[in-house]
Amino acid sequence: MNKNSYANLTRGIIKENPTFVMLLGMCPTLGVTTSALNGLGMGLATLFVLILSNSLISIIKGFIPPMVRIPAYIVVIASCVTVIELLMAAYLPTLHSALGIFIPLIVVNCIILGRAEAFASKHGLWQSILDAVGMGIGFTIGLTLLGITREILGNGSIFNYSFISDSASPLLLFIMPPGAFLALAGLIIAFNKLREGK
Amino acid sequence: MAYLMIFISAIFVNNIVLSQFLGICPFLGVSKKISTAVGMGFAVMFVMTLSTIVTFLVYYSFLQPYNLTFMITVTFILVIAALVQMVEIILKKASPALYEALGIFLPLITTNCAVLGIAILTIQKNYTLIAGVCYALASAIGFTLAIVIFAGIRERLAYTKIPASLQGTPIALITAGLLSMAFMGFAGIGN
Repeated sequence: MNKNSYANLTRGIIKENPTFVMLLGMCPTLGVTTSALNGLGMGLATLFVLILSNSLISIIKGFIPPMVRIPAYIVVIASCVTVIELLMAAYLPTLHSALGIFIPLIVVNCIILGRAEAFASKHGLWQSILDAVGMGIGFTIGLTLLGITREILGNGSIFNYSFISDSASPLLLFIMPPGAFLALAGLIIAFNKLREGK
Repeated sequence: MAYLMIFISAIFVNNIVLSQFLGICPFLGVSKKISTAVGMGFAVMFVMTLSTIVTFLVYYSFLQPYNLTFMITVTFILVIAALVQMVEIILKKASPALYEALGIFLPLITTNCAVLGIAILTIQKNYTLIAGVCYALASAIGFTLAIVIFAGIRERLAYTKIPASLQGTPIALITAGLLSMAFMGFAGIGN
């Protein structure tokens, strides 16, 4: 893999991490991460939509008149989301109902339209897929970390594997709405410290 | 009475921003000044109510009778995008003063997930048209309330000494967390 491809792949994971640096797609980030599994599921769903939409847009970019490109991108993205949503409803019904309204809302996730406009509309198929994979993984890592943090603090378990006794009471606040804001604030502080330390 | 319940629950108990996490981007993005927050709030109120009415009619007169309900996401986002564009054009001609006040917020609203979210939730909750309008309007009022309070706190925060590592996003998120905690106090009302 040459240097350019490597840069495209890794950009989304640390330097422009959508969750911790760019603060994109905040609604699903805060809304679904009540458990590590939900965070991972949402991250992967977004990753697949991103790969699909980025590659489709990079293929058809020559045929779209510049004037109507944004509506065209939105239709492509919405179709990809519908495909993923129907697949999830068929094969992963529990996850589908846990994520609820946030699955159709992947359409308005700024990361996806942002990558379509900023990257896929200017680059070839292979580079666009690499970019989508990088950004998607960065987003998945962000959501999973937030989910793990909230599940450990708020439920005393990790990926549904409980490690505290039944009589102990975890910090329930962290799986309730305020905990989402507080946990994300904590993670962003930690991420910034780590990056400064480098 | 049922409508009143929907109204109060959507504004306070299930506040769209602080407990449902819809519309977080504008909530964090345009909340540095109270005046812009108010403008954004009114623009959302206008668009959300209007788009819920239109998407409701589209769903029950086209999608459901022709068994196209799986197209809900594609259709609704297109309808909302077209609607926002149309509102912008009409406002520009009909009421320049209002356009001046809300104009810059309108393009941002298309990507506001709260608008699409409420349109879909209205269908999922099987509301009637009137209940749906109540729900959309109340949710938008809840959004405005949250963003205006948040902007007020952030205006004061600008004059406060904040530890270096908390500056910027972290302190904003912590403030939002505290605000969300305060709204949890309303939780008993609905029951």
